[in-house]
Amino acid sequence: MSQDLLGLSAAQAAERIRGGDLASHELFDAYRERAAGEELGAFLWVADQAPEATPDGPLAGVPLAVKDLFCVEGVPSAAASRILEGYRPPYTATAVERLRDAGAAVLGKTNMDEFAMGSSNENSGFGPVLNPWDRTRVPGGSSGGSAAAVAAGLAPWAIGTDTGGSIRQPAALCGIVGMKPTYGAVSRYGMIAFASSLDQAGPLTRDVTDCALLLRHMVGRDPCDSTSTGVPEEVALPSSERLEGLRFGIPPELTGEGIEPGVREVFDATVWRIEELGGTVEEVALPHAGHGISAYYVIAPAEASANLARYDGVRFGQRVGDGDLLSLYEQTREEGFGTEVKRRIMLGTYALSSGYYEAYYGRAQRVRTKIADDFRAAFERVDLIVTPTSPTVAFGLGERTDDPLAMYLSDALTVPMPLAGLPAISIPAGMSEELPVGFQIAGPAFSENQILDAAYAIERAVGFDGGPPRA
Amino acid sequence: MIDREQVLHVARLARLRLTDAEVGRMTGELSSILDHIEKIGELDLEEVAPTSHVIELENVLRADEPRESLPREVALREAPDSDATGFRVPSPSTVEEA
Repeated sequence: MSQDLLGLSAAQAAERIRGGDLASHELFDAYRERAAGEELGAFLWVADQAPEATPDGPLAGVPLAVKDLFCVEGVPSAAASRILEGYRPPYTATAVERLRDAGAAVLGKTNMDEFAMGSSNENSGFGPVLNPWDRTRVPGGSSGGSAAAVAAGLAPWAIGTDTGGSIRQPAALCGIVGMKPTYGAVSRYGMIAFASSLDQAGPLTRDVTDCALLLRHMVGRDPCDSTSTGVPEEVALPSSERLEGLRFGIPPELTGEGIEPGVREVFDATVWRIEELGGTVEEVALPHAGHGISAYYVIAPAEASANLARYDGVRFGQRVGDGDLLSLYEQTREEGFGTEVKRRIMLGTYALSSGYYEAYYGRAQRVRTKIADDFRAAFERVDLIVTPTSPTVAFGLGERTDDPLAMYLSDALTVPMPLAGLPAISIPAGMSEELPVGFQIAGPAFSENQILDAAYAIERAVGFDGGPPRA
Repeated sequence: MIDREQVLHVARLARLRLTDAEVGRMTGELSSILDHIEKIGELDLEEVAPTSHVIELENVLRADEPRESLPREVALREAPDSDATGFRVPSPSTVEEA
C-alpha cells in the first residue's frame, strides 16, 4: 500500500486526494515516516504530525520538503549554520506561504551547504548528505538535502534556492528535475539571504509536470520584496510532445572543455533526440560565459559578506563570549561560521575593500553585463540554449573539499544564467558510470512556459526511468 | 597574491577572528582563487556599464502608510539577551576603531 503511495508523482497524488481516493494524512504519514527514519542526512527537521484537516487548494495537502534557508514561523530555520542553531523565525517566507495557501503541507526542513555556499552539501554545519544513488558520493549542493530527499522518495517534491546552480546541479547529480526561475519570479522575502542579486527559489521534483505545478504556486509579485515581479502569464502544465519550430542553441564555451566523456555522450544523445522531435539545433556563441565563474566568485561573496554581517550574536541565533562587544562579535562569528562561509566572507570583504573595489567588484559587474549581452544576442537566433548541467557526475565525498577552486569550477555551466537573471531547468537525461546525468535548458527572461514545454517533450523522449535503489 | 598581513586586515574588517592555522591556509587558498578571478583583467571592459540588477525594473514605491508589524516581544523572542525594551549587549566602550 505505502509503496504504491510513494510511487505517485505529486501531481497524481494531489489529483487522487481531490478525487476522494486518497486521504491527505495517509500520504503525509507515509512520507513522514520515511523522512523521520532516513539515513542520508537529507532532513534537519521533520514535522511530527500531518495537518489536522486536508488543506484547501489544488495541492491538497501533498507534503513538501523545504530547504532550511526558508523561514517558517515557529520551525527551526538555520540555513544549516551553527550560528543560527535553534532559531525559530517569527514569520514565514512568502514562497512557503504561497504554497501553503495552495494546499501544500510542510513535511520538513532539508539539509544544505551552510548559507547555500557550496556545490556538494559538505559545508553543512550539521553534517553532509549522501547521494542516494551511491552513498560514497555527494548529492551536489547547495540544495543537496532537497535533491536527495526527492530522489530517494523521502518527499514527493521539494523547494530549494539557486544562486549559481544550487537547484540545478544537485538535481542533476541526484537524477531529478530542478528549475531556477527568472530572477524576480518568486519572492525572496523570508529566504535567508546569500547573494541578493542572484538568489532565486525554485522547485526540485521527480518530473517536469510536478515542476510546473509547484512553480505555478510559488511565483508572484510580493510587496515585501521590491525586486519581485511575478511572471507575465500563468505557469502552464506542459503537454507538447514535439519540438517543431523550436531552435536550440549549443554554446561551445559551455559544452567543450572540462566535460567528462560520459556526460558528453548523454548530452550528445539528448541533442539527437531534440532533432528527432523536430527541433533544430545550431551552434551559438556565448563568448564571455567562460568568465562566469570569475565574475560569480567576486559578486556572490561580496554580497554575502554584507548579508552575513547581521550574524553578530545580538538579535538572533547563537552568542559566544562575555567580554566586550567587539570580542562578542568576533567570538560568535569564529565559532558559528564554518570554513567555507569564512572563506567567502574573506573573499567578499577583500573584493569590496578600499583600493580593490574597482579591480574586482567593478570589473565583475561589467563582465556580468557582457554575459547578459551574449545571451541577448544568442536569443535573437535561437529560442533555447542547451548544455550539460554539471561537467561531471556526482563526485566522491571529500574529493574536492581540500581544493576550493576545484569545487567552485563545479558550477561552470550553471553560473552564467543567474548572472544574467535567466531561467533554466535541469532534467535527468541518462546515466554515466551508473550515475545520473543532467541536461540543462535555459531561455530568455520569463520564458518558463517555453522551457517547461521543451523539457516535457525531451523528458518523454528520453524516458529516464526510475530512481536510485529504495532503502 | 594576497599576503598574511592583508588576510589579517580583511579578517579584522569582517569581524572574523582566525586562528594562526586558518590565516596560513586562507592566505594560500584566497591567493589561488584570486589568481583565477584575475583572468577577467584581460578583458577590455572600458566602455561596458556595470550590472547590479539584471531584470529591468521601474523604481518601486509605495505610499508611506503605517502597516502592521511584528509585536516587540515577538521580535525580541529569538535574541540571545534582551529585556522588555530591546536587545541587550555588553558595553561597546572598549570597541577600538578599525
